[in-house]
Amino acid sequence: MNLAALEKLDRRWLFLIVGLLVLGPLLRPLGLPLGSSKPVKMFHDAVAGIPDGAIVLMSCDYDPGAKPEVVPMTRTAFRQLMEKRCRVVITCLWPGGPSLVDQTIESVANEMRAQGHDLVYGRDYVDLGYKAGYEAVMVLMGKGIANAFPQDQRGNSTASLPLMRNVRDYSSFAMLVNISSGYPGTKEWVQQVNSRFHLPMVSGCTAVSAPEYYPYLQSGQLKGLLGGMAGAAEYEKLRGEKGAATKGMDAQSLAHAFIALCIIAGNIVQWQKRGARS
Amino acid sequence: MKRELPLLMTAVIGLFMILSFFVPHHLVGVPADFLQQCAVIVVAFGYVLGGANALRVNLEGIARRQPDWPYKLVLVISLVVTVVIGMLDGRRWQEPGTASMFLYNQMYSPMQGTMFSLLAFFIASAAFRAFRIRTVEAGLLAAAALIVMLGRVPVGDALTSWLPESIRMSAFQEWIMNVPQNAAKRAILMGAAMGVMATGLRVILGIERSYLGGGD
Amino acid sequence: MTIHRRLLRAPCALLLCAALSCGGGAVSAQPGESAPPAPAPPSGLVYADVPNDAGNAVALSWRKSPDDSLGLGRVTGYVLERGSSPVGPWETVDSLAAATTEFVDQGVDRNTPYFYRVAAYGPGGLTLALANAGPAIGRESWFNSTRASVLTFVVVFFLLVLYFMSLAQTGRKPFMRRLAGIDAIEEAIGRATEMGRPVLYVPGIQDIDEMQTVAALVILESVARLTAKYETPIRVPVAYPIPFTIAQEMVKSGYLNAGRPEAYDPDSVSFVSPEQFAYVAKLSGIMLRDRPAAHIFMGSFFAESLLLAETGYSTGAIQVAGTANVHQLPFFVVACDYTLIGEELYAASAYLSGEPRLVSGLKAADMLKVLLILLILTGCVLETMGITGLTQWMETQ
Repeated sequence: MNLAALEKLDRRWLFLIVGLLVLGPLLRPLGLPLGSSKPVKMFHDAVAGIPDGAIVLMSCDYDPGAKPEVVPMTRTAFRQLMEKRCRVVITCLWPGGPSLVDQTIESVANEMRAQGHDLVYGRDYVDLGYKAGYEAVMVLMGKGIANAFPQDQRGNSTASLPLMRNVRDYSSFAMLVNISSGYPGTKEWVQQVNSRFHLPMVSGCTAVSAPEYYPYLQSGQLKGLLGGMAGAAEYEKLRGEKGAATKGMDAQSLAHAFIALCIIAGNIVQWQKRGARS
Repeated sequence: MKRELPLLMTAVIGLFMILSFFVPHHLVGVPADFLQQCAVIVVAFGYVLGGANALRVNLEGIARRQPDWPYKLVLVISLVVTVVIGMLDGRRWQEPGTASMFLYNQMYSPMQGTMFSLLAFFIASAAFRAFRIRTVEAGLLAAAALIVMLGRVPVGDALTSWLPESIRMSAFQEWIMNVPQNAAKRAILMGAAMGVMATGLRVILGIERSYLGGGD
Repeated sequence: MTIHRRLLRAPCALLLCAALSCGGGAVSAQPGESAPPAPAPPSGLVYADVPNDAGNAVALSWRKSPDDSLGLGRVTGYVLERGSSPVGPWETVDSLAAATTEFVDQGVDRNTPYFYRVAAYGPGGLTLALANAGPAIGRESWFNSTRASVLTFVVVFFLLVLYFMSLAQTGRKPFMRRLAGIDAIEEAIGRATEMGRPVLYVPGIQDIDEMQTVAALVILESVARLTAKYETPIRVPVAYPIPFTIAQEMVKSGYLNAGRPEAYDPDSVSFVSPEQFAYVAKLSGIMLRDRPAAHIFMGSFFAESLLLAETGYSTGAIQVAGTANVHQLPFFVVACDYTLIGEELYAASAYLSGEPRLVSGLKAADMLKVLLILLILTGCVLETMGITGLTQWMETQ
């Protein structure tokens, strides 16, 4: 079969095929089995190892662009923490993110209330919202969380919230759960907080950023790592949930398989051209 | 003094901030904290400066009927409407049902997701065009790409389910991520860190001064 | 010991209330049940100044209550209190879980004496330790000794820079290998000149606090000099306001240094948006409508790198990219004609200018790299032999 004509293939055909391969499984799931990789197990076990009732810092540093990858992680991690009766302080260092983060957290809280959990904002979880300044905010939080965030996302005075009366600085937290999709994100938290204040840390990030954080995982600076939607889906599986990430994995699987085919087809085209020339 | 004063300020503040990394004493730490808070404020004020410039440039483009002036008009209208809505909603802007949240949920969020999702299409066209095996290195690159891509999703293990778990696609993918990829990343990170140090030192010591403008 | 007991008994009732209000969990016995005994007290409270800090921390440790054993349930936790004198008044520092034997109090004023006491509490009540400890004084340090290794590297690098600068001043120009990506910049600008189309220069999407943006803006001056020399228009869309003003100065400086100040167009540099995908949308629009013949992407990029590179490729432009964001390098490598990897971006400005003082910085970085390689190899051998001194010296706090 002569595939040399594919050399001139309009790339919009490729776009159409990718679109159909992604849309199809979203409408009719295939149910491909999910594994669980070691970094994801480490993340799950690290969060499970937090003492029940401890206070945890959850920094959700993303905006709607990376929603399919990071929002499922946020939901699952927050639910796991709430089920352990941990008290969670949430921050966001991306200007476009605080509303999405607040909606996500509140959505999980409402679901859990409907299941009978007694969750009260201000007592069990607090969303401190966004503050400009990137790493400077991280360092400022080390001097005092309430100093860095005098008001929370909903306009309440931070000092008036019951949970915040037990929070001084990073020493008040048992762990940092960082969900991020770029800068500022995991790398900055490792550099500014984990290395300076020795706060144990786990990270969830987009798939493209995950390779950059493997050195931190190997050195023990990160106790666990979720990479992209695949990581989020594996985490959901470990938690016995079927969230948005699990539903999206079929689509991602087919897309990856198609891209692999593109690589192979591209090389076949090249070899055939070379063969024709010689 | 037009060039000397900025150079002096850069040198003094730059060296002081380097010093604050090594000296925890309050005589160094307190001014360093103050400077960092100043940086936060300057960053926030920068948005005002940028917004004003965006308005000025685009209004001039509309007035002069530059070739893409309709897009500039859409930009200016969007900018003004968003600012006005934000000011009218005030502190309540994140409450459900406000116009700000409508803009955020129905426009900003879907547009961000749309742009990000273009990557999926573009990686397909890039994969078809660029992973051509012409050299040994290109072959290794293509092979690694195939293994990691398939190993990250259930399809990879489904294709190699007949093999023992330790040599399935996901196991190879983990090895590639943990060993050669990690080694290369660390090396590049270390080199880049030294590049940062070298560039920073050049700016602080005034060796690099082209940012001051006005010729060498 | 007796004196301490007398002094401690009086505020005991207050302490119990304080512990209860801390949510210590002390529960009084139900009517009809005999009350469980209060736990045995913790002992051996010792304090130490936390070194290498600003004097705001004191480290405390104690031996846990003998009743604090797994499964006994007689100790729920400990209450740590702090006072300015051995007799109080006492304020609660923290309530700690059972089995805790150490704590770092990070809320002390420097050079101020404090006294501490710790109590164990459980279902049977609260029991103070037999003695308090003090005076504990948080002393500030002039030097964080855990960062000595970093200081050593900084000093070594500084000395290397000075050494190579002095060599450069004697007229000995250091050798630099060719970097294809940097040589390609002039080729790209030449091609744009032939086609009569502009050059698009993108200095990354981060603010001025990112060193890659600084490096990109420095390279911009050299690129602007070339475009001025070849009389080729340049377009520089910038994501943040502060780099925008600096980019204007760089382009103006480039035109001035090329002897063509009258050709400088202030509108060639424009502010777009700090929003990542809004910035990408604008750049894609420029590429598809204005059709620049050369795209130069230098600086910090994230997810938009492939969007830019693929869109640029579709227009047929020659593309040169450089970034130290390793997660974006693969996208630039597959979609651009030339890519500067990692520190080559930082080297580019020195390379383009050819100025000996700038090149000496490159040589110093190279020598430091050699030292680092030797250090890594030495460290690997020492760790294999079980000698951890070097690794411990390299750990920072």
